[in-house]
Amino acid sequence: MTDVRPRIRLPRSASAGDSIVVKTLVNHDMESGQRRNSAGETIPRQIINRFTCEFAGVMVIDAYLEPAISANPYIEFEAVVPASGDFVFTWYDDNGDVYTATETFEVS
Amino acid sequence: MQHLKPVKTLALASACAALFAGAAFADPDLSAELVINDGELTLVTRAPSDDVITPNLPERYSGWLFRDAATREMEMDDFENPAMLAVEAGADLWTTVDGSAGQSCADCHGDATESMAGVRAHMPHLNANGVLWSMEDYINNCRTERMGAEAWRWSGDQMTSMTSYISMQSRGMPVDVQIDGDAAPYWEQGREMYYTRYGQLELSCANCHEDSTGLMIRADHLSQGQISGFPTYRLKNAGIVSIHNRFRGCIRDTRAESFAEGSDEFRALELYVASRGMGLSVEGVSVRP
Amino acid sequence: MLTRRDTLAIGLGASALAALPLTASATPVDDAVAAFTGGAAVAEGGVTITAPEIAENGNTVPISVEAAGATEIMLIATGNPTPNVGRFVFGPGSGSSMVATRIRLGRTQDVMAIAKMADGSYASTAVEVKVTIGGCGG
Repeated sequence: MTDVRPRIRLPRSASAGDSIVVKTLVNHDMESGQRRNSAGETIPRQIINRFTCEFAGVMVIDAYLEPAISANPYIEFEAVVPASGDFVFTWYDDNGDVYTATETFEVS
Repeated sequence: MQHLKPVKTLALASACAALFAGAAFADPDLSAELVINDGELTLVTRAPSDDVITPNLPERYSGWLFRDAATREMEMDDFENPAMLAVEAGADLWTTVDGSAGQSCADCHGDATESMAGVRAHMPHLNANGVLWSMEDYINNCRTERMGAEAWRWSGDQMTSMTSYISMQSRGMPVDVQIDGDAAPYWEQGREMYYTRYGQLELSCANCHEDSTGLMIRADHLSQGQISGFPTYRLKNAGIVSIHNRFRGCIRDTRAESFAEGSDEFRALELYVASRGMGLSVEGVSVRP
Repeated sequence: MLTRRDTLAIGLGASALAALPLTASATPVDDAVAAFTGGAAVAEGGVTITAPEIAENGNTVPISVEAAGATEIMLIATGNPTPNVGRFVFGPGSGSSMVATRIRLGRTQDVMAIAKMADGSYASTAVEVKVTIGGCGG
């Protein structure tokens, strides 16, 4: 698998207390565990099984994902930004790896 | 076994009837506009036909027009478009040193947004020796001859990431390939292939993409088979599909032994099919089902 | 020769036999719902699913779900071999009880969303998504 590279999109600006749309995407095969390789062997499951987003230390969304989530999982949701702070995004891989991304968001 | 023949013919006829169903339930939406990132850029998805290259097409249509709204929208925003993962990976590769010469693409070609602008629009084109090359050939030539690095597989992740990144530098430019002069024999070869029936189903490119444009093939909408959107992120593959990979799939679907990716045949076909889309915008990296 | 259908029939017979002593034979969908609700009653409505009526490819189907006042939403693909799709818990920093994602659907089926409301009640809705068979190697 190639390097995991999370992509995050936040609006350019927002006022304190606004609810903003957050879009996230990460490259991952989301191998379902139901496919077979050319030798007929089951390809073991390896998915992102959990995704979380916190803003300024407060939980925004905690998602428990199953193999029915498409490859390169895309998750969009809304977050309240009471003040400027850091978004922390975390993806949990079946293999134990944890990928994080941090984005600072400034309110106007 | 002679008596079996009529039965076989009948079976083939009904298979063909099932293959192309008329009265499409979702005709291409020719009024749809391919606007990128809320107005940053509008791509040309309809271009005039002409009597030389596409005498049998009333107009040239991007494959984007044939897709349903959900798929179309995925291409209209660079965040929604999953192909951008490959573009970003390509951008990283661009500046990555590889090979015995200790060089990256950027060491010779600098800023790709300038040096690679327009490259995709003119592909494939003749190299310095007058031989028709696809973008993949130019990339691998740089790697093996200048960088001292190993050639990439035609449809491997690294190659499709690089072609995606380079294609993006031509997004919005009209497809404009050379088909005359020394390129003419290649173009003629490609045209010949386009109208040749292949495989047990005896289907030519034209049978589906010219004669049957807009009809349904099973539950799928037949486009004109334009390649202006390639490389494309296919939802089915959840990954980038190269032009030659798509050609191989099409010919395989006629139940024929296909040509190889990177074969002379597919280079010639690529030139001819690219020319059929002259005037359409290079889409950079498209999204297709 | 044992065909796939025979095998399926045998499998069904075996599971029916195994289920006999029990009071009810739950489907995987029932199990998934029960695991989320703990068997509580589920009201219809109050949840909105936005998904294409016809998906061009079942491998990547864009879907969004919203339920005002929900603290959690469970997505279930009723026709998938494994129905669970995801469970989304909205924290105190959430701006609305909405989530959009892209999912895999094995065939034409109902996609169900169950929302757990702040007062502990449950609400659900379902929409049918038709999954087409692609023409070319689809």
